[in-house]
Amino acid sequence: MNTANELSCKEVVELVTGYLEHALLAETQAHMEAHLADCPGCRTYLLQIQQTITLLRALSQEPAFPETKEHLLRLFEQWKNSNLAQ
Amino acid sequence: MSQHAHHTGDAPEPTGGQQHVEGAPPSDAAGVSEEARLVEALRQGDEQAFTSLIDRYHPALLRLAQVYLPDRAAAEEAVQETWVGVLQGIRQFEGRASLKTWIFRILMNRAKTHALREGRSIPFSALAEAGEDDGEPTVDPQRFLPPDHPKWPGHWVSFPQSWEDIPEDRLLSLETQGRIQQAIQALSPSQREVITLRDIEGWSSDEVCNFLNISQANQRVLLHRARAQVRQALENYLKDE
Repeated sequence: MNTANELSCKEVVELVTGYLEHALLAETQAHMEAHLADCPGCRTYLLQIQQTITLLRALSQEPAFPETKEHLLRLFEQWKNSNLAQ
Repeated sequence: MSQHAHHTGDAPEPTGGQQHVEGAPPSDAAGVSEEARLVEALRQGDEQAFTSLIDRYHPALLRLAQVYLPDRAAAEEAVQETWVGVLQGIRQFEGRASLKTWIFRILMNRAKTHALREGRSIPFSALAEAGEDDGEPTVDPQRFLPPDHPKWPGHWVSFPQSWEDIPEDRLLSLETQGRIQQAIQALSPSQREVITLRDIEGWSSDEVCNFLNISQANQRVLLHRARAQVRQALENYLKDE
């Protein structure tokens, strides 16, 4: 049975971002930690959110873009020629 | 105002303009002077400076452009216009925002202009959206025991299945990445902006709040809902083996 101080799993899943951002009130933070210590399901949920963040970050490893770069450098040359002619 | 007073690329001051000292961002001195050098070199027509900016920001600009313009060709066009805008505007750049923020602002304006032309809905008001947070749960309520449950109200009916045993090459596969991209596309435009900048690009929350002009609390709401939806999409995908 939940006492007034305890969080349910349903509440914990809504607090994970605040928890990871260190934005919870100290009291809530303590309740969250107590809950996580006892609840494998919520630990898994929190870990999955962290894994999701890691996988999102991996999307920034994009391959090189040699053709676009060449094109941009041509634009740069044009700009430079007109710019320095001024 | 003429900038001809600059002789070399190693001028220690952020810009040649007026008011630059008060306007300099309070970031670390090394970062600021490195940026000042880049700006000055670019003004002098140094191709190396331009190349290093492209290498540093082009991929991220393209990803942010796709937040507003899912069509890759349209996004590429907006980014190209951004670089032209950077070159045309670099003489007027005053260093009040960081160079990075300035470049990304140009991108956002170009991309939104394109999106409007295409009749797309765009996140003009992340603030309004976050403010409208209706407290809807981000996890299906059916997954929790009812509030009148005698022993475990609000607790998991069954625990989410751990991903610990899933091999890393599956988690990092192109197919999984494709699912994540799909999930991002399904988000609201404001959620997409925030999760892209925070989690894909790795911007700090201060940077994102400043860039999108929203409060920390609003940003957290958007980020929370976005992450929860991407996690759910991953769970759906990873469990059907």
